[in-house]
Amino acid sequence: MVRGSIWAVVLAALSVASAQTLAQEFNLVIRNHKFEPQEIRVPAGKRVSIYVSNEDGTPEEFESPALKVEKVIPGKSKGLVRIGPLAPGRYEFFGDFHADTAKGTVIAE
Amino acid sequence: MFGALIIVFREVIEAGLIIGIVLAATRGVTGRGRWVATGVLAGTLGAGIVALFAEAIANAFEGSGQELFNASVLGAAVVMLMWHATWMSRHGREIAVEMAAVGAAVTAGRRPMTALCVVVGLAVLREGAEVVLFLYGILAGGASGSSLFVGGMLGLAAGAAFTALTYYGLVSIPTRHIFAVTTVLIALLAAGMAAQAVQYLDSAGVINVLGSQLWDSSPWLPQDGIIGRILRALIGYTDRPTELQLITYLATLAAMAALTWLAAPPRAAHARTV
Repeated sequence: MVRGSIWAVVLAALSVASAQTLAQEFNLVIRNHKFEPQEIRVPAGKRVSIYVSNEDGTPEEFESPALKVEKVIPGKSKGLVRIGPLAPGRYEFFGDFHADTAKGTVIAE
Repeated sequence: MFGALIIVFREVIEAGLIIGIVLAATRGVTGRGRWVATGVLAGTLGAGIVALFAEAIANAFEGSGQELFNASVLGAAVVMLMWHATWMSRHGREIAVEMAAVGAAVTAGRRPMTALCVVVGLAVLREGAEVVLFLYGILAGGASGSSLFVGGMLGLAAGAAFTALTYYGLVSIPTRHIFAVTTVLIALLAAGMAAQAVQYLDSAGVINVLGSQLWDSSPWLPQDGIIGRILRALIGYTDRPTELQLITYLATLAAMAALTWLAAPPRAAHARTV
């Protein structure tokens, strides 16, 4: 575990360095266990950052096997999801904790 | 209630597969039950703490804290599995001989259980934190506490039954093969964890290379289906792997094989123990 945390610190330092290769940014809101907007269009072939702001009081998990993302966003907080580069196409995502209502699509073009 | 049952079951089987393999791999070791129980307890406690600080963790390192945390947990588990594999290849043969001679029940195996205890703890920590957050969400969302509790308990019981099934399935393998089987399972487990870890690093923005997807087998075997999930926990199955994930997977398998081979005692020593 000590080894793991040292690793994490080193990696974090690297991540600050690599953050310079800036990705395009998009915003998503979770409200009443739904994503708004439900569709976002992003450029294909590029790294993209999506800021997911959870306005509900309960945690949500932004999940998408297609986008290879699984990220918990606690209630009343914001999470950063990094995706891409994507081939052109449609990529479904959902909120794993409220999978029946929280659904959305990323369209890469 | 049903939602709680499903999600708890789902997470418990993922940790349960790992516990089942660890129990099978340590058959005959005295006090292993206590070690594994310690791992489960520590992991559960850790899961509660992680869930409590979920927001602080998520906001650390410019919003990449959660990914870096997950990658670190997985990385630490891989290191522990490598340590175990190295130790086993040095001493496993003697143990197998001893077990065959004396019978599993009376073998007084002295083996360092620390590594596997940590692996169990980390598995429970990872899956448990998600369960805690999910259940908290339902509770806060107004579902009745008692139905949530019943669902969660049923999910836990079903998951525990699955773990028992894994264990008894593995220990029904004849004693002389069980070390070979668990060695391979542990190597695959480590490779899968390493491949998952690099994807977290990619999500954290630490790694920006070899991110192209190699194939998409989700129409045939989706990783979020029940079989896909089991394969994911067991051998690290991913339906849409990146180049880096496949390379990491193969490199970890190669490293496990190399460690096992390098740590093995010289042939002459074998001859003496046999």
